[in-house]
Amino acid sequence: MREIEYEKIAEAVEGLTSACVRLTPSAEAALRRAAECESCPAAKYALETLLVNAALAKRESLPVCQDTGMACVFVKLGQDVRIVGGLLTDAINEGVRRGYARRGFRASVLDPITRVNTGDNTPAIVHIELVEGDKLQLAFLPKGFGSENMSKLYMLPPSAGLEGVMDAVTDAVKAAGANPCPPIIVGVGIGGTAERAMLTAKEQLLRDVGEPSKDETLAKMERELLERINALGIGAQGFGGGNTALAVHIGKHPTHIASLPVAVNIQCNAARLERTVL
Amino acid sequence: MTEKILRLPCKSEDIATLEAGDHVLICGKLYTGRDAAHKRIAASLANGEVSPIPLEGQGIYYVGPCKKDGKIVSAGPTTSYRMDKYAPALYEAGVLVTVGKGDRSEEVYEAIKRRGGAYLAAIGGAGAIYAQAIKSASVVAYEDLGTEAAHLFEVENFPAIVAIDSRGNSIFKR
Repeated sequence: MREIEYEKIAEAVEGLTSACVRLTPSAEAALRRAAECESCPAAKYALETLLVNAALAKRESLPVCQDTGMACVFVKLGQDVRIVGGLLTDAINEGVRRGYARRGFRASVLDPITRVNTGDNTPAIVHIELVEGDKLQLAFLPKGFGSENMSKLYMLPPSAGLEGVMDAVTDAVKAAGANPCPPIIVGVGIGGTAERAMLTAKEQLLRDVGEPSKDETLAKMERELLERINALGIGAQGFGGGNTALAVHIGKHPTHIASLPVAVNIQCNAARLERTVL
Repeated sequence: MTEKILRLPCKSEDIATLEAGDHVLICGKLYTGRDAAHKRIAASLANGEVSPIPLEGQGIYYVGPCKKDGKIVSAGPTTSYRMDKYAPALYEAGVLVTVGKGDRSEEVYEAIKRRGGAYLAAIGGAGAIYAQAIKSASVVAYEDLGTEAAHLFEVENFPAIVAIDSRGNSIFKR
């Protein structure tokens, strides 16, 4: 058994919160390609503004977006690891608390009933998967809620088929319109149960922007959906043009004979993500 | 790209010359309010009380800023449709300009036309840029709401696009 200290995990997560001051390299590259090919003037202005903003934020260590998100932390915990000195989830929350306070990131988390802010952006949303080995892998995704609010879950009948899946995803993006800060990255989860489908959709946001699925059928659906979505004409910020989405990422999970679940989870243009391994 | 200067607070005449798609640079005062502050202001107005922030001729920016050591470090727009429920009452009470991102409801379009106001769009995801245009910031009401408190921003050359003009013309595909 390899031991990992609570404090080491808290420190690592505190470091990961710096994700909020920069776009991922693949997201920035995708925005640049979009700006270069955009012909609608207002949309081109929006895309160029986002690139200038990303450069400024990185240079001055400023939050790319004031919505520094709800802290989503994806953990892959080797089953030969023992956490000592406290609970894993507590350590993650401690890291979020320190990182957000120290860097002036926004406290955006509150009680849904009283609407009273917790004041330190905790609790984080923590997903833990047990894997082989003696390492602790952490992925930190600060998720803005302009885009999260546009999430959709469809429990389609099997008769809907792949065409039904494509229609559902297109409908979700169309309904979202300008709200999720396009150009977006569309995470899609097909199959599983209701909650598994949504988690699969969100996990697709951890991929490099535009990295195709290794599954040939899914990769083809990703390409076709991107084309369909970019033909909608919503465009960057809803200003029109051909860049509503930068990428569509699809994942799948076996499901029940009675269903064809489709979950859509959208990432805004401020795609921020950091990882580390302990 | 030519930009028009918009000084806030202002009068309807100043807004009448703006057209959907125009680029403007806002100078002067911008009050902030998002979900929670709007709920409180709307409740005050409904109860016949005075709003704790001035409304006549003013601009309201939908934002919950990031602050570090008292300084605004990121302050881009939040999604405006969540304020649509409250916006008609605020335009009615004197507000001339709102600033946010995303399209508005039919009711807001009508309220803007009745008032001779406007709705301006800032670029969502560009919070660091907008922070540069904020020269000073103070909390004027609802301090308990943290980032959702009503702030007063003194801004200089804050860039925005006229998304809905006083005639109801829109930059969004409808």
